[in-house]
Amino acid sequence: MNIINIEHIAKIYQVGSEEVHALRDVSLKINKNEYVAIMGPSGSGKSTLMNVLGCLDTPTKGLYDFKGNNVSQMNDNELAAIRNREIGFVFQTFNLLARSDALHNVELPLIYAGVSSSERKARARLALEQVGLSDRMHHKPNELSGGQRQRVAIARALVTQPSIILADEPTGNLDTKTGEDIMALFNDIFELGNTIILVTHEEYIAEHAARILRLRDGLIENDEVVEKRFVPAKNGASN
Amino acid sequence: MRNFLFEMKEGLLISLRAIRANKARAILTTLGIVIGIASVVLMSTAIRGIDNAFQTGVSSLGSDNLYIDKFEWFNNDIPFWQLRNRSNITLADYKKYADMAKLPAASAPTVWSNQSLKHKEHSVEFILVQGTTDDYIKTTNLNFSEGRFFNEIESNGGREVCVLGSEIAKKLFPRGSAIDNEVKIKGHRFKVIGVLAEQGSWVMGNFNPDNQAFIPIQNVFKYLQNQNRRSVTINVRAPNSQMVDAVKEEAVGIMRRIRGLKYDENNDFSINQQEALLNTINKTVGVIQIAGLFITGLSLFVGAIGIMNIMFVSVKERTKEIGIRKAIGAKKRSILGQFITESAIICLIGGMIGLIIAIILSLIINQFLPTSVDANAFILAIVISILTGVLSGFAPAYTAAKLDPVEALRYE
Repeated sequence: MNIINIEHIAKIYQVGSEEVHALRDVSLKINKNEYVAIMGPSGSGKSTLMNVLGCLDTPTKGLYDFKGNNVSQMNDNELAAIRNREIGFVFQTFNLLARSDALHNVELPLIYAGVSSSERKARARLALEQVGLSDRMHHKPNELSGGQRQRVAIARALVTQPSIILADEPTGNLDTKTGEDIMALFNDIFELGNTIILVTHEEYIAEHAARILRLRDGLIENDEVVEKRFVPAKNGASN
Repeated sequence: MRNFLFEMKEGLLISLRAIRANKARAILTTLGIVIGIASVVLMSTAIRGIDNAFQTGVSSLGSDNLYIDKFEWFNNDIPFWQLRNRSNITLADYKKYADMAKLPAASAPTVWSNQSLKHKEHSVEFILVQGTTDDYIKTTNLNFSEGRFFNEIESNGGREVCVLGSEIAKKLFPRGSAIDNEVKIKGHRFKVIGVLAEQGSWVMGNFNPDNQAFIPIQNVFKYLQNQNRRSVTINVRAPNSQMVDAVKEEAVGIMRRIRGLKYDENNDFSINQQEALLNTINKTVGVIQIAGLFITGLSLFVGAIGIMNIMFVSVKERTKEIGIRKAIGAKKRSILGQFITESAIICLIGGMIGLIIAIILSLIINQFLPTSVDANAFILAIVISILTGVLSGFAPAYTAAKLDPVEALRYE
């Protein structure tokens, strides 16, 4: 089943009098329970593609269909709603609210989804348990290690049970060992039947994915399915 | 609706978190609003206090009373040279009037003189000594705390008796009763036969009966004042308020007759009513009100600018936070609501503190001037502070809501 269907999208920025073609012509399909890594040198357009995939931005041209919704035509509020329901973000710099504890950070997307306070707390606890932080729920980000912060961010991405998890250099601010732990966590999440899109420029991080997409100068240079190192979830598993 | 309430509640919680995280700044920002609200509330209660005092003061004159005077109390349109030649109203004029007037419930002549009163080592200065007759008491609503007013015999005989206002009695006789004691007015002895109950209307100053003394009218002319210099005021009380106009009309007719005016001559006397006084007071209070609220409103405005300023800084500082919130699904409306709520709460807290300060200050001021903080002041403070918060928070909140999530997330 197609979750993401992109046809010939382009993204053009106006910088002064110059037009910058961040994405020239990209077409892409991503299915449910895929694990895709997007790679490319800086300036290749991978951040732009991630922003478009994450519904943070709309393409200048082309069609972006997300589960049957035409994202390319959506306004800001519709984009916010689809980000809230369908996409879980994991950022390089974690992007947690500094003044709020882990539990409240994980609750945050549910607030904007209009979930009641008690249900929110229960679901946020569950998500934190899932990433192995049940004993750190009331710690603020500055009381947590980098790896723990990223786990909170992952719990926040998981808590709405989104259609895709979009991770932008999730190990970029972590040491190798902690980075491997986080990647192992992503593997677990993937095996539970989630769809993961990973943006990275590290080969060894990208190797965790089952499919690697290489971008260069706003075009897809290469799209290959690597050996299936992880068995997808058993048939019938949801999400 | 449920959705709206949910967002309100969550917005409130988010805002409270943000304010708690930045306590010192919130307090400093609040200060402007504290001062603004305190001064607005204080000013409005002070004005209401003054107004109340005027109203009670004036109504102590009685709405059924007319005052036949040489001059209008408030003259706006009669030129000075026409007034200059008016002759005094004399005691004889009063007697003729009293004989001819059929409608009034009571009437009495009054004439005043500014005097010092002494009793042993105690003395009071600048006291309005009213000379009048025994009928005077029937034209007023005055009550006695002790004693009585002078009677017909004392009045007609010009006996040396006096009735004191409560303030004067307190000052001259700090201990014990004033009754049957003597006070000296301009060296002449008068026996105190009555003390008025307290009227408690500060605003009338010397015209407040608390600060007046009453003696038979002949004595004023005999000891205190040349009869030819002072015009008598005739106090007239109508039997009821429906009769006031008839009494007035009759008074005009009688006075014209006494003065021997021809049909084409204008009245050379005036019939005054508390209404005229009330109108003037209402005008004055209105001007004070507008000026006062405008000035205090300015201080509130300065406070509001402070809030707006700090909210802009806050939005800038929290750009990243806004980016995060938007990325995980906050709509424009939620961000707008969050920052407006924050600013409204800061202002509301400031307003409450300002209100408390205003209450304390008004309790202190109340020792000198009558003020009152009532339920209206509460509502005023709450509404104004929330409104200030919403208005001054709107522009910053709108900037926040408009931020592009991609840009905001990149902000360091």
